[in-house]
Amino acid sequence: MTLRFSKLFRTGVAAAAILANAAAVPANAFCGFYVAQADARLFNKSSKVVLARDGDQTSITMASDFEGDVKEFAVVVPVPTFIERKQIGVVEPKTIDHLDKYTAPRLVEYHDEDPCNPRVYEVRRGVPMMAAAGNGREYSMRGHYGVTIEASYDVAEYDVLILSAQESDGLTRWLTDNNYRIPQGAEAVLGSYIKQGMRFFVAKVNVERMKSIGNGTLRPLQVRYQSAKFMVPLRLGTVNARGPQDLIIFALTRQGRIEAANYRTVKIPSDIDVPLYVKDEFGPFYKALFERAVARENMQAVFVEYAWDMGWCDPCAADPLSNKELAELGARWIGSDDDTAFRSPRFAGGGSSAYVTRLHVRYDAKTFPEDIVFIETKDRSNFQGRYVQHHPWRGEASCQAAKAYKDKLDTRFAKEADDVAALTGWPRSEIVAKMAQNGEAATK
Amino acid sequence: MQALSRRWRLPDARYVQIAALTTLLAINFTVIDFGARPAASVVAIACAVLTQLICCWLSGNPLDVRSPVITGLSLSLLLRADVLWLHAAAAVIAISSKFLLRIDGKHVFNPAGLAIVVLLFTTNGVWISPGQWGTAIWFASLAGLFAVLVLSASRRIDIAIFFFAAHAALLLARAAWLGDPPAIPLHQLQSGSLLIFTFFMISDPRTTPDSRVGRLLFAVTVAIAAYYLAFVMQMRPALYVALIALSPLTLVLDRLIPAVRFSWRPSVPKGVST
Repeated sequence: MTLRFSKLFRTGVAAAAILANAAAVPANAFCGFYVAQADARLFNKSSKVVLARDGDQTSITMASDFEGDVKEFAVVVPVPTFIERKQIGVVEPKTIDHLDKYTAPRLVEYHDEDPCNPRVYEVRRGVPMMAAAGNGREYSMRGHYGVTIEASYDVAEYDVLILSAQESDGLTRWLTDNNYRIPQGAEAVLGSYIKQGMRFFVAKVNVERMKSIGNGTLRPLQVRYQSAKFMVPLRLGTVNARGPQDLIIFALTRQGRIEAANYRTVKIPSDIDVPLYVKDEFGPFYKALFERAVARENMQAVFVEYAWDMGWCDPCAADPLSNKELAELGARWIGSDDDTAFRSPRFAGGGSSAYVTRLHVRYDAKTFPEDIVFIETKDRSNFQGRYVQHHPWRGEASCQAAKAYKDKLDTRFAKEADDVAALTGWPRSEIVAKMAQNGEAATK
Repeated sequence: MQALSRRWRLPDARYVQIAALTTLLAINFTVIDFGARPAASVVAIACAVLTQLICCWLSGNPLDVRSPVITGLSLSLLLRADVLWLHAAAAVIAISSKFLLRIDGKHVFNPAGLAIVVLLFTTNGVWISPGQWGTAIWFASLAGLFAVLVLSASRRIDIAIFFFAAHAALLLARAAWLGDPPAIPLHQLQSGSLLIFTFFMISDPRTTPDSRVGRLLFAVTVAIAAYYLAFVMQMRPALYVALIALSPLTLVLDRLIPAVRFSWRPSVPKGVST
């Protein structure tokens, strides 16, 4: 059997999906109409982690992009404390997908109005669009490895072990003797976690039980614990990685946005006007933009793609999550398990009791040598990766205002071409040519 | 040596420090965003100067705006809050602490550091962003250059070196014990937040021990406490909390190891602080 080391923070090949022309969800006119999103599937070698944090109570849900024989699947995740059976669960993949879509960078569109006949909009600002088994067999067995199997649990389709170890070479030998393959270099990293008093959460798939459950896919595993440590263990995943990897971290918190305490946290460029053709290329557009942003920060920053009060969204890239989904993802303080959209009472300051931060990090062992440590800020201001397209008004120029409008259009098209070229690194000439096909002449 | 220092007299360290902090703030607004906001900066600096004005008037001391400007600049670089009044509150706490928390004519706490710690523990609206300074070499170089200028002018380069060396020794020892690659402690030592703390906060001449041995003991104690808070207690503003919690130790050290008190006024000849 092959141990896929910290597969959850590693690779697999996810198909790069080109997202376009997705179902248009009408939203508040002020913020444009949502037309497309750039969700996690866009990025190869990407993993998703949902953190939920309330005081020292932390829940970590790990979505693997594992593709292959489930018998080959195994994970080793360092955890700060001993984990009891009741602290482990599985989450439906669609719940994380829902959160992914809800928080994804989005494309919105507007239609320019007739300059000869302008309407006056009543600006509605800040109005919310309201719209959570197996038996534990606990035993301790200390062999000559210095490894203690502190507990063994059946968790849905997984067999889970909680290990503690005294020495990294003992742990490495135990894993090797139990037919796990250890990547070179992992020993030092394991040793570091051992000395920091961490345990190891080891999970493999129980094929028999998986068949009896009748579930064809591997569900994300969730571990809940109480610890002052607020971090994601990246280091094991960088040991045998080929090239940089993407990790998308969704954090559900009570107070405000989270950020890295030991790396820069940078907002992704947002509120950029883009040409109409980008609607058909929104996936590649966002990938190029993200890559460029990563390069600009020398791959040493964590990017905010979304930070928003969970009580509302505008425009919504997907329906708001329900109380049940949020509780399933670890936000247990919500205290409700119903299927309706989350609409917890707001407390003073205008926010609800759940706030989501979506962070996107591209990392390797060189640029992210240490695990990312997080802090929860008190910042509840809303941010979204949002790209805007304006459909020009195509009517006859029958008034003076229309002539001025047409002049302004040329300038606008030129600026859109400049901005997209700067943000994506795409050649301006290609952008201009594609714009021209849509009747957007960036002549300047 | 004294002849040399007379001929190449360094400017008042406070002017250099104001220039250094203003440059960092300007970099924040134009080149690389550390998270400081113009409105917050204006509020912090204005409230610091105003508080100094009121406190000087009440205490009958002459007004000097250099010190409150430095405190205001430090606060706007370091403190984050979601509402402006908290920046104002920070400035008031910082400056008034200099006048209210005084023992033997010396204020006990670094003003900006105290305001940050008090607000972190008493309100629900402030935070610090230690990661936002990044780990870029250019930043380390720039901060280092400013530091040399400021600290040599204020004659407190020793405590910065003592603290940084103690902090580095602890991080390197931890990495060696854990078997971590050197890249990890090096990454931690390049932290812009650490550099700002070392060069512009713990080295504040008015709140550091008078004697060099005292400064050595104080720097090492703060480094050990900060290490404990960060790695055992998992506390993120560990540096500030350690500094403020241990500040009263300065009084003890000054009593045990007496030396000439630092003063911004030129009545004390330069070069005799130790």
